[in-house]
Amino acid sequence: MEKKVFFRGWFLPILLISPQLIISIIFFFYPSGQAISNSLYLPDPFGLSSEFVGLENFFFLFSDSYYLSSFVTTIFFSTSVSVLSMGLGLYFALLADRIFRGAGIYKTLLIWPYAVAPAVAGVLWMFLFSSRIGVVSWYLGLLGYDWNHALNSEEAMGLVVLASTWGRISYNFLFFLAGLQAIPKSIIEAAAIDGASFWKRFRTIVFPLLSPITFFLLVVNIVYAFFETFGVIHTITSGGPEQATTTLVYKVYSDGFVGQDLGSSAAQSVILLVVVGLLTVIQFKYIERKVHY
Amino acid sequence: MIERNKKGYFMSHLGLILGIVFIFFPVWLTFVASTVTQEDILQPPFPLLPGPHFFENYSYALFEGTPEGYGNNIPVIKLLINSAIMALGITIGKIIISLLSAFAIVYFRFPGRKFFFWLIFITLMLPVEVRIVPTYEIAAKLNLLNSYAGLIFPLIASATATFLFRQFFMTIPNEMVEAARMDGAKPMKFFIDILIPISRTNIAALFVILFIYGWNQYLWPLLMTTDPNMNTIVMGINQMIPGGDDFGHWPTIMATSILAMVPPVIIIITMQKFFVKGLLESEK
Amino acid sequence: MAKINLQNIQKSYGNNPVIHNLSADIEDGELIVIVGPSGCGKSTLLRMIAGLEEINSGEVIINEKRMNDLEPMDRNIAMVFQNYALYPHMTVFENMSYGLKIQKTPKDEIISRVNEAAEILELSELLDRKPNQLSGGQRQRVAMGRAIVRKPDVFLFDEPLSNLDAKLRVQMRLEIKKLQRKLNVTSLYVTHDQVEAMTLADKMIVMNEGNVEHIGTPLDVYQQPKTLFTAQFIGSPAMNILNGRVDGNEIKFANFKTSSAISFNGDVYFGIRPEHLTIDKEGPIKVQVEFIELIGSNTLIHCRIQSSNEIIVVSVPGIVEENLSRKEINLNFDQSKIHLFDQKNNMRINQN
Repeated sequence: MEKKVFFRGWFLPILLISPQLIISIIFFFYPSGQAISNSLYLPDPFGLSSEFVGLENFFFLFSDSYYLSSFVTTIFFSTSVSVLSMGLGLYFALLADRIFRGAGIYKTLLIWPYAVAPAVAGVLWMFLFSSRIGVVSWYLGLLGYDWNHALNSEEAMGLVVLASTWGRISYNFLFFLAGLQAIPKSIIEAAAIDGASFWKRFRTIVFPLLSPITFFLLVVNIVYAFFETFGVIHTITSGGPEQATTTLVYKVYSDGFVGQDLGSSAAQSVILLVVVGLLTVIQFKYIERKVHY
Repeated sequence: MIERNKKGYFMSHLGLILGIVFIFFPVWLTFVASTVTQEDILQPPFPLLPGPHFFENYSYALFEGTPEGYGNNIPVIKLLINSAIMALGITIGKIIISLLSAFAIVYFRFPGRKFFFWLIFITLMLPVEVRIVPTYEIAAKLNLLNSYAGLIFPLIASATATFLFRQFFMTIPNEMVEAARMDGAKPMKFFIDILIPISRTNIAALFVILFIYGWNQYLWPLLMTTDPNMNTIVMGINQMIPGGDDFGHWPTIMATSILAMVPPVIIIITMQKFFVKGLLESEK
Repeated sequence: MAKINLQNIQKSYGNNPVIHNLSADIEDGELIVIVGPSGCGKSTLLRMIAGLEEINSGEVIINEKRMNDLEPMDRNIAMVFQNYALYPHMTVFENMSYGLKIQKTPKDEIISRVNEAAEILELSELLDRKPNQLSGGQRQRVAMGRAIVRKPDVFLFDEPLSNLDAKLRVQMRLEIKKLQRKLNVTSLYVTHDQVEAMTLADKMIVMNEGNVEHIGTPLDVYQQPKTLFTAQFIGSPAMNILNGRVDGNEIKFANFKTSSAISFNGDVYFGIRPEHLTIDKEGPIKVQVEFIELIGSNTLIHCRIQSSNEIIVVSVPGIVEENLSRKEINLNFDQSKIHLFDQKNNMRINQN
């Protein structure tokens, strides 16, 4: 899909792309390259020199139970957040699509959480569930339940999932709403005349027609849950208790910056690079248009 | 969606209202916490309605920061300014370089064009979190730590905006460029007089999304600012929160949280139409 | 004011030739219509003259100057596009003055030129509006206004009326003709509509598949088409074409003969326009009527020559009362109005 029309000359366009090119090289390609090469080295404890160890860092990771469990944690975390936030997003979209008046107001009221940083969302929910001062934990205490996500790993995971889901509903809501509104009313009406009830219509017509959006959102949400939720985890649990909420990204940070294990952190980055690369390729292959040059 | 019965409407509205309650509930309580005293918070039951200390708490937070002993005393207003500079820098920077690159890719033929296209395509795949350690090292080498430039530049490296603009430029009819050529417009004149004005709504949409993205950055500012004066508000909140057994000064933390949310929320609500358009179109 | 010479123009896209060795001369002040079916290369030709497409070989010469390597803006030409290509964010005034602004024309001159053009095109009231506040016809006029203010040597029109509804098209056709006469600027007009071509042209260039079929005045093209394609393309309803064979003094057809005044032997295509056929009891062509179209101003009778299965259409002025459906009738033709084409090369055979 090339444009037939163009201006002549090559100097100007090269000048125009140079800012982006330079910044990409300095802050993207060079660091990425460094990450790949660092992953093949093991720095000595004093940080003075490194020893080439080939793929040893990778082998070590795959035998490290903490690393493997962070894989599991990440999968669990991103699946839960995706499913929950998509489910709720879809639910609200269905409701909003159904009513006449007030849809605009509901829409405005439901999308603003997109503006809240995941880290801030983490603070909000942590405050609610703080074992000492949290409102919710206090009322739970009254009911006899002792909430302490600093000690209980299920509670920690639950809280982190809750906070991330909370922030993510808006995004999915918007897309589902747009998708629902794109379905021609005539199709729905034809089904209604054919005698299908609301749920039957949903199952057999609406949901299948939404499947491209659903698939797209699934991939996007999973990628989001991989990365942009660092803030939530860092503020609420710092990856604990005992790495129960340490996702892959969080581990790159904690091993690299806190633990100063550069080789391992770099290897983890490379693995993440591959995983995300795969996900992105899937996303683009499915949504053809962007890839066409 | 057809049934017009009252029960259906009632249930729908009820569901939506419950959704809104769920969304607002944490924010409401945070706001309440920002208007009461520390003692009120530490002694349950926790108040559910705002207290009388709104102005006091907020002006203290803005201009004095956290009270003695509760964290680093940077006035929150400085944090807000830092965040604003970072967010605006990222937004404007990214928009400008993307417009230039998209223009070059779509409207010119030059050696290496395809290569450049795929090169920046790759940058779509990896957010900064994946390359943090080496990016940090580079920033350190270039003396960019604890600086606005360091906060901004690494975050404009990805090419999402470039592809968005490229897609939009492809939809502009060829005749418009040809008419401009016949009118005698040189490429840059075409770019400034015609292409950019036509792209206004796309630019606005991208502005909203990028501003929110920039404002809400957490990991990168966390790593590269060791000087508390350079903290941004989103990451600065973290510094106020206790680790271990220390207590934070909750009214200040909560006030700061509210303040951290205000600018992006205002932008998203006032520019809602652009935001929705930008979001939906960016993913197609 | 400009003379245009096109010499041996060739154009290919990759291995695909689209214009083969085209030459033409255009006099000053003429309105030349380049007409042909979709894909014949007419727009490509126009765009090469405009400088929007590369010329693979051959020369475009305007007023004795070679234009091949000049940018569009340096050729002193103006173009009106099929979908107007107005700048959507600028007012009518700004759209029309943009080109002048770039050439650094002094401000009062810009204002006077724009006002002048606006008056000619009846746009004076609309100068502050934006394109999305205008109707299709108004937008078209703004596009023309943009061309006029430049005071170019040549106007180029690329199917400017194709996006308008039929009624508006007829109206605008006349306006364009009047305008061109008034301004007396050499104009090249591309269209696929042969009615537009016939009514507007001082001279026509009929094109097909990258080749020039006929260059001539509308009358010339209509009455003495040089090629079979031209004969069938121009004129509606289309000319009837029958297969025939010249043998000495006679031309033999499927079921009739006629005398021949040409020094040619071989297979020919025999052309006769529907309006030059009459229903005549004594006529040589025996046909069976298939169906009748009542236009009102005339009646079209579609007939079939049974033995050769050829269709022949007769145009009779007025309304034919008699019900001729499925009847067998005889047709006669005006000998002076026949057209003969050599079947080997589809070229006209001139009669002595």
